[in-house]
Amino acid sequence: MIEAKLARLSDAQPGERFRIATLNIEGTMKRRLLDLGFVPGSEITVLQKSPLGDPTAYRVSHTTIALRKEESDHIYGERIDNE
Amino acid sequence: MNKREYTIALAGNPNTGKSTLFNVLTGLRQHTGNWPGKTVIHAEGFFTYKNEEYRIIDLPGTYSLYSNSADEEVARDFIIFGKPDVTLVVLDATALERNLNLALQVLEMTDRVIVCLNLMDEAKKKGMVIDIDNLSKKLGVPVVPLAARNKEGIEELLETIARMVHGKIQTKPIVVSYSRAIEEKIAKLLPLVKEVVGEEYPARWVALRLLDGDTSLLHALQHQPHHLLKGGPNYACHCSAKSI
Repeated sequence: MIEAKLARLSDAQPGERFRIATLNIEGTMKRRLLDLGFVPGSEITVLQKSPLGDPTAYRVSHTTIALRKEESDHIYGERIDNE
Repeated sequence: MNKREYTIALAGNPNTGKSTLFNVLTGLRQHTGNWPGKTVIHAEGFFTYKNEEYRIIDLPGTYSLYSNSADEEVARDFIIFGKPDVTLVVLDATALERNLNLALQVLEMTDRVIVCLNLMDEAKKKGMVIDIDNLSKKLGVPVVPLAARNKEGIEELLETIARMVHGKIQTKPIVVSYSRAIEEKIAKLLPLVKEVVGEEYPARWVALRLLDGDTSLLHALQHQPHHLLKGGPNYACHCSAKSI
């Protein structure tokens, strides 16, 4: 399992950047996420969580998109250290 | 006077200035009506250019046309079943990477496409330089730079639309090639798809949707009043290709 070594997007905190490695999900939800810009290799910035912690707003290729945890749970990758 | 009215569809991501362009094109002479279509409001307007009548439909702004939502379904159905004479795909010139996704999807559905690079003023402000000719060559369709809110590029767009509806522009949309496994399945499906839908719908696109297991498209195909599906067993339903 590669996923074991990778972080979930849902675990990244506001202010952090995240590079997507894989989407561990199939079907229309995967297609939807890809269309929204959550594609492997792309860099995501975690903007902010909503008051109740879910959903979370992400910056993805010049657009702000909010995902619920049930979606961001399936997105794996690595957190990029802020230099 | 029984002149033909040409139909133009406007597609694009949200916030690309699609509605601004719609308003500029329909201008003061618009008989614009907003009304509920299926579940989504869409707007329709009219304009005249060089004594010819055009009807323009402002489709819902979407990132995709894979019917993940009512908006996308309305946009997709209009392009496939409404058969507009020209589909304008409005792109945000400052975010091409994101916006080209939708353009490629539309180019799989129809070859009568003009790509509108809107927000060129914003792009210029950001110091972005876009090689329009090269982009047009790569996509295989005309690309017209616009700053719709300043009415820049509108004349060139109108001229390009007029030339396209009169068949004076030959397009050769880019064909997205998929992995070998998928291409092999497409090749297998194509003859069957053509047999069922004939020339009515883009066969490669329909084959791709079947491979996707896109049931909403099948549903839409079956409920089209003018569809050319032949009687007898419906191949389409048995071609679910969840196997990939």
